[in-house]
Amino acid sequence: MPPLLHDLIYMLLFPGLLFLMFFAFAAEYIDRKLHARLQNRMGPPWFQPLADFIKLAAKQDLMPVRADYWMFRLTPIVALAATLTAFLYIPVWGRHGLMSFNGDLIVVLYLLTIPTFTFFLGGWYSRSVFSMIGAARALMQLFAYEIPLYLAVLAPALLAGSWSLADITAFYARNPLYAAFNVVGLGVALVALLGKLERVPFDIPEAETEIVAGAFTEYSGRLLAIFRLAISIEMVVGATLLAAVFLPFGLAGSDSFSSGAIGFGLYLVKVIGLVCVMTLMRSLLARLRLDQMINFCWKVAAPVAFLQVLLNLSVKFFLPA
Amino acid sequence: MTDKPLSGFVTVPIGPQHPALKEPENFTLTLAGERIMHTGMRLGYNHRGIEKACEQRTFIQALYLIERICGICSHSHSTAFVNAVEEIAGLELPRRASYIRTLIAELERVHSHLLWLGVAGHEIGFDTLLMYTWRDREVVMDLLAKLTGNRVNYGINTPGGVRRDVSDEQKQEILKGTDVLEERTKYYIEIATTEPTIIGRLSQVGKLSHDDAVRLGAVGPTGRASAVDRDVRRDDPYLAYSDLQFKVITDDHCDVYGRAVVRVLELMECYSLIRQLVRNMPDGPIAVKAPRKVAPGEALSRYEAPRGEDVHYVRTNGSDKPDRVKVRAPTLANVQVVAHMLKDGYLADLPIVIAAIDPCFSCTDRMTAALVGHGPAGEGVMTWPQLRRHGIEFYRRQGIDFADLNKRLRSGGHH
Repeated sequence: MPPLLHDLIYMLLFPGLLFLMFFAFAAEYIDRKLHARLQNRMGPPWFQPLADFIKLAAKQDLMPVRADYWMFRLTPIVALAATLTAFLYIPVWGRHGLMSFNGDLIVVLYLLTIPTFTFFLGGWYSRSVFSMIGAARALMQLFAYEIPLYLAVLAPALLAGSWSLADITAFYARNPLYAAFNVVGLGVALVALLGKLERVPFDIPEAETEIVAGAFTEYSGRLLAIFRLAISIEMVVGATLLAAVFLPFGLAGSDSFSSGAIGFGLYLVKVIGLVCVMTLMRSLLARLRLDQMINFCWKVAAPVAFLQVLLNLSVKFFLPA
Repeated sequence: MTDKPLSGFVTVPIGPQHPALKEPENFTLTLAGERIMHTGMRLGYNHRGIEKACEQRTFIQALYLIERICGICSHSHSTAFVNAVEEIAGLELPRRASYIRTLIAELERVHSHLLWLGVAGHEIGFDTLLMYTWRDREVVMDLLAKLTGNRVNYGINTPGGVRRDVSDEQKQEILKGTDVLEERTKYYIEIATTEPTIIGRLSQVGKLSHDDAVRLGAVGPTGRASAVDRDVRRDDPYLAYSDLQFKVITDDHCDVYGRAVVRVLELMECYSLIRQLVRNMPDGPIAVKAPRKVAPGEALSRYEAPRGEDVHYVRTNGSDKPDRVKVRAPTLANVQVVAHMLKDGYLADLPIVIAAIDPCFSCTDRMTAALVGHGPAGEGVMTWPQLRRHGIEFYRRQGIDFADLNKRLRSGGHH
């Protein structure tokens, strides 16, 4: 296969855009169904996320008169593009993403920050009072969860001695037991990811009973569909990142199809497992207040993530691989 | 309570249409960041003219109208009204009828408090609690439907008694349902008192000190959570309450958490009351014949509704229709404290603080007076003929002419 064709297939069909869309819908379905079953409800049928997407996409786009035309329309697309791009760097089939270089971990984290900024900008330029409060909250929340998330995700990289996801995966494939040191970091990263995805208990920026839908209050139709798709994909990509960094098992080192497929199947299981844990949190907890959330992230999550970094540094020092 | 915005802050309108409010009401918040600096409140979006309408209906018709003041505590309003009418008419309520009325009242309290618990969960983003409590609430809803034929608006009261008897099988079902509910309520008490995010969201929120609660006239669980030891059922017993043993639950947390505790513990008292009522229900007739016309007189009836003290005033003039009916719903007493509780709170606490008084705006707004002189200058108060003319002209401008329409209807043309 010529490399260009391979890259295009990777980006657009598998495991890029098309696959990711359907995987995001599947993850959203699992999330909604499990949430419903935990709440003693029936839950939606399997095609509901796709049906919602089609329905929203077919509806009229309404835009507030005072909203900024380009900001309002571009932010959903930027959010979607950023999450899709982030996925290309994370290994899911074999030990390499589409692109791999030393520092791609940082790039992925950076790309996953962009959606939050688009929520902020989209909400802010909607020029409605609920959107603006939601936008300000999204940004405040960003400052709270970002530090623990970065610390937690960088700790395994410190142990592996590389900023490249491919190298990290290869390191843990050689030394699988070292992954056990990162359990605490996984917990912190998962909690921070809940903040990034604006899910209960950290759904403060879109708290329905307080500020309607936060930054998304004025969005409707296609733009809202794209935003929602971006959030679903962000959930999958976030879980993929955690799976790649904290649970790097089974990804094949060789290029054979069968070992790649087994690794890929394991990857699906890992991501769905992480999604289920996030659903469990959503079902079991109440929404925190912004001040409580910031206190928690700075006083509990960040120090714990910092301890993880210290632990990994001392492991690296005393028990070198 | 003015709604004049302060300069330099963000003003956020919560309501009349807002996801946190299930009924139209307006709270205008002035925010500095997330902190609430000032709350303006505006009632009166839901005026229904029920009191005036009662004056044009017979006592029995008015009873059914009164029952529709509220969709949750419908029995409270209907009982408060019928108690007042019976007092004026000098009717002796049969003991069995008074037990059945009390039984329905306590079942209604159970369903109202379980509903509240779910709403409170929803307001703090804990929808699982909502789903669980509303599922279990179906047990009591089914009991009410079996006893009265309706899930709400039971229609069990009639002047002089009740309209349906309680059979022995029904008694067994009530006892069985009560056991189930008691079991579930114990579980909710455990959750509400141990789950850290719930406690984090409820405690130290919407503070209302004992003195403020007394000064501002908070009633029901809102007052009792600020250690205001008042309950009409004990202080001024009506129906069968003087025969029954129960504790008045109070709490001194003085915050939303205390209000939740009071309500869940009151549920446990309800179950004990329901058992006493079922076990000790006397035999006998369930109604006495009531006269159509009631002699001139007046009565004030107090009733401990799930949300607090409900007061009905009825005046009669010797005809078969009431001369005047006045309702003071518990929310009217409690809505005064909301602005006080919100002061210096967070925007995030607004939904739960409002929900914590268990507001029923349709009960309250039904008789709120017009805001005289409100609005831009020159837009004053209209007299009735002016209002009528304004209405006709307004619709004529929209292309609808009622004079024309009447003529066409009278000529028999149905289009």
